[in-house]
Amino acid sequence: MLAAPRSVFMEITRRDFGAVFEGEGLNDSEAPLGGIYERSDGLALFAVTLGRAVSRQITDLFDSHEYAAGAMLDSTASESAELAATSVERTFVSGLDAGFEASMSFSPGYCGWHISAQKKLFETLQPVDIGITLTDTFLMQPLKSISGVIVAGRKEIFIFDDNFEFCSTCRTRTCRDRMNAIKKQV
Amino acid sequence: MDILEELSASLEAGDTAAVTRLTTEAVAQGLAPEIITGHGLVAGMNVVGQKFKAHEIFLPDVLLAARAMHAAMEILKPHLVGKQLPTAGKVVIGTVQGDLHDIGKNLVSIMLRGAGFEVIDLGKDVAPERFVDEAEKTGADAIGMSALLTTTMPMMKEVVALAKKRGLYGKTRILVGGAPLTAEYAEEIGADAYCFDGTSAVDRMREFAGG
Ligand code: B12
Ligand code: SF4
Repeated sequence: MLAAPRSVFMEITRRDFGAVFEGEGLNDSEAPLGGIYERSDGLALFAVTLGRAVSRQITDLFDSHEYAAGAMLDSTASESAELAATSVERTFVSGLDAGFEASMSFSPGYCGWHISAQKKLFETLQPVDIGITLTDTFLMQPLKSISGVIVAGRKEIFIFDDNFEFCSTCRTRTCRDRMNAIKKQV
Repeated sequence: MDILEELSASLEAGDTAAVTRLTTEAVAQGLAPEIITGHGLVAGMNVVGQKFKAHEIFLPDVLLAARAMHAAMEILKPHLVGKQLPTAGKVVIGTVQGDLHDIGKNLVSIMLRGAGFEVIDLGKDVAPERFVDEAEKTGADAIGMSALLTTTMPMMKEVVALAKKRGLYGKTRILVGGAPLTAEYAEEIGADAYCFDGTSAVDRMREFAGG
């Protein structure tokens, strides 16, 4: 099978997550997740992967000069990894007791949370069980993998101003769509 | 329409079957491979590049044209033995050590090849010495480096330092690209150009080759 999605998640206390968030001490001085997780009602570390075969197939397509097919498979696989992450978020949230309104996930390497936090995240979650390993440069193998934390809580904790220092170089501003989605949740 | 115009148009359309047929016919008609390449293939690829830049066509269109170009070059190869095709310039390219993201780098290579540059692709997880050794050995006009993570970006600085040490800096231009990079970072580490995408890589390489 080309894509063999596997995922793992693990509930974690705010205190234990604090250490994962701090990571190697390289986060930006202020990051949205810092203010969010401290006010959360539920937290879980997660990792998802599509496996090695899909990356191999993309490489094979490029090697055999099927560039268009290779590029399209690459984007589809990236999108599928995102979908797998969303599905883990739903699974975790649906198992929680009532009392929270919304959820959002965050990944090391985004929005002020330094990518080196992958080290502590991996030590705690051990996603090696689903075949993901971490290199010295904090790159996950297989390539089409995503790691992070799922945060559940009241809607208001997820609303922030996107004017952190690092936002000035952000090209995507994806937080805006994510916040709008939260506002629309009933 | 003469055969070269037809070839160029079929390449633009990404029609590998027609490009294969027309290239074979052009060879049979006795046209020189360098004429077929320059006036048929590269001419078509240039139009593709311009249309992509103007957002008139999409990436898969460019990639289909590139596949057709590759098929034509395979037919021409045996006729080029011992001949030197005129190239727009030579680029040694790769993803820096510690990084395995290569889609962006592959796309840039395809665009550069399409624009008539010779590309020596070292793959991914490339050590600084390999970039510089290969550039020295082949007399490349430029080294192109890709990095997708903030943790692998610093490798680019090491390549620049090594190029300086070996006396290549200034002669061999250094191009960098990848999502977390900025023009400021490129300038800070002493690279000659930051490229947002393959089209800007072609533009910058043409500038360097022209001046
Ligand atoms: C799609 C994507 C993913 C996909 C797959 C990635 C892949 N390549 O296979 C998935 C969803 C799996 C993913 C996961 C992760 N991602 Co991600 N991802 C992206 C995203 C949105 C696009 C990358 C991409 O494939 N682009 C398409 C290709 C074609 O573009 P490109 O490689 O940039 O190349 C173009 C240009 O940059 C340029 N170029 C590139 N190289 C060169 C070289 C030369 C010489 C020249 C001239 C030009 C040039 O031209 C190319 C063609 O146009 C980027 C953000 C972004 N906007 O780019 C983040 C991004 C790369 N990811 C990021 C992160 C943090 C991660 C994760 C660590 C998150 C996590 N904790 O799970 C993981 C890591 C995965 C791993 N294996 O370790 C960060 C990295 C920043 C950092 N801090 O280091 C980015 C930059 C997002 C951000 N924060 O803004 N990711
Ligand atoms: S603007 Fe960009 S960097 Fe800033 S919080 Fe939003 S998504 Fe993150």
